[in-house]
Amino acid sequence: MATDGDHEMADATAGAEANGTSGDFVKEKQRLRLLPGSSDTQASFAFEKEDHTLGNALRYMIMKNPDVEFCGYSIPHPSETVMNLRIQTWDNVSVMDVLKRGLSDLADLCDVVEDKFTAARDDFNDSHPDRVATK
Amino acid sequence: MPSWAPLNAEQLAEQRRGLSKEQLEDRRIVGVNAETVTDVSATDIPGHWGLGQDDSWDLEKFRQGLKIEFQQNKPYDAAFSLIGVDASIANAYRRILMAEIPTLAIEDIFVFDNTSIIQDEVLAHRLGLIPLTGGKKGLDRLSWFKKPPPKDDYAAQALYDQDDLAPSASAPNDHNTVVMTLQTECRWATQREDGRDGKALAAEGETDPAVKYVNSNVYAHQLVFEPQGDQANWFEGDDAIKAMNPDILIAKLRPGQRIDLRCHCIKGIGRDHAKFSPVATASYRLLPHINIISPILGNEAKKFQRCFPRGVIDLVPDDEGSGENKAVVADPMKDTVSRECLRHEEFKGKVKLGRVRDHFIWGVESTGQFESDELFLDSVRLLKAKAEKFKRHLGELEEGR
Repeated sequence: MATDGDHEMADATAGAEANGTSGDFVKEKQRLRLLPGSSDTQASFAFEKEDHTLGNALRYMIMKNPDVEFCGYSIPHPSETVMNLRIQTWDNVSVMDVLKRGLSDLADLCDVVEDKFTAARDDFNDSHPDRVATK
Repeated sequence: MPSWAPLNAEQLAEQRRGLSKEQLEDRRIVGVNAETVTDVSATDIPGHWGLGQDDSWDLEKFRQGLKIEFQQNKPYDAAFSLIGVDASIANAYRRILMAEIPTLAIEDIFVFDNTSIIQDEVLAHRLGLIPLTGGKKGLDRLSWFKKPPPKDDYAAQALYDQDDLAPSASAPNDHNTVVMTLQTECRWATQREDGRDGKALAAEGETDPAVKYVNSNVYAHQLVFEPQGDQANWFEGDDAIKAMNPDILIAKLRPGQRIDLRCHCIKGIGRDHAKFSPVATASYRLLPHINIISPILGNEAKKFQRCFPRGVIDLVPDDEGSGENKAVVADPMKDTVSRECLRHEEFKGKVKLGRVRDHFIWGVESTGQFESDELFLDSVRLLKAKAEKFKRHLGELEEGR
């Protein structure tokens, strides 16, 4: 069994790109499900292969939306990597729009953090050749 | 009164007037008391403070409020302050840094000869934990490899099929695997080859293995990178894959024992196995906040200064005419929040301790494969990629309905 995998390593298939997006495009599996009992203004979503990392961050972004009456996330069982997110909205706001906006806002936030961090880092490197701030 | 209790007329009028700077600052503090912690949760949710305050998400307001200040940016050890984000976002970055940034590490080992006293599996475990380093441009181009489970294990096969990996990910090739070899043999030191007679020295009573034998210690620098296919172009010269710390001791041998093995290194994430975590650790703490309510003077001030680490409290001459020294907060970042000052009667009611809820002092220690600041940026980009991925899935979900 040990020598099973160690045949002469084949070169990657001709024409395959280096970073894994080879010619045969792999369709991403759907990792978002709508749980039963949902309606247009209140829904529970199940995110597969996600945990507190995305759950808490997304919950925060969605709660920043004044149209949201309730937003919470839970992990039903630690042995299964599923994260449930429940959104309830005021008036007639669609839950899908709220979730989409929450995800967009999170992406925008990451953009701003990335830009500011890069700027601060480059500034610091330029002004501190030994890379330590003197107090 | 809890913040959600209904307001009386006086409070309503005050709310309409708007908040003073002090009150706004107060809302940012988590209270640290002798035995409890108060005001832990963030309160910047729309509706929490009533109609007078608008806390809804505003990208521009966030951009103005976000500040990043570096204390140190050494290649593999960065210390910086991230001010203005919520705890859930900072925690998301921390979790991604530790568990979800792909890193290269030794995974499969093919043992041709191991007559050492270290068992195969123990040796394999130790080799896996050795942090590797290499040129970034080569590492970025590596794709994923996931060994398919045996055909008769149906459960694992079903799980394997669920992962959306390219078909080329199931066989090792030069785009997804890096090969390293380790070949050493220990022997007695001989006069002809090494200038000393190990056997004779041992008979005289010499006990140091470095003197008696040759190659008795196996170090990480003895792992040899063998470029396959295209890899010679991406990993050349200084960029070659090697152990970050060449002096890691892998095994000890005695004369006649050999180790001859081949390692396959693949990309993985920390969630799978801790050897794939790119950081020794990434952690943050909240900025401590010391609020001296009534002045602390003279000898009391000296004692107060001794309750904190050096540099936190300064003694300055009191400008209110008492002629003594007054305690002022000089550098709260040096504080370790031991709450020592809360243990003494004389300071009761004169000082309030706390932490600033949205000021995170980060320490990112890389194991050496990537640089710390690049790691943090990768973690930010990964969170964005997750959000974008689910936006796509949401689009598909809506289409399907």
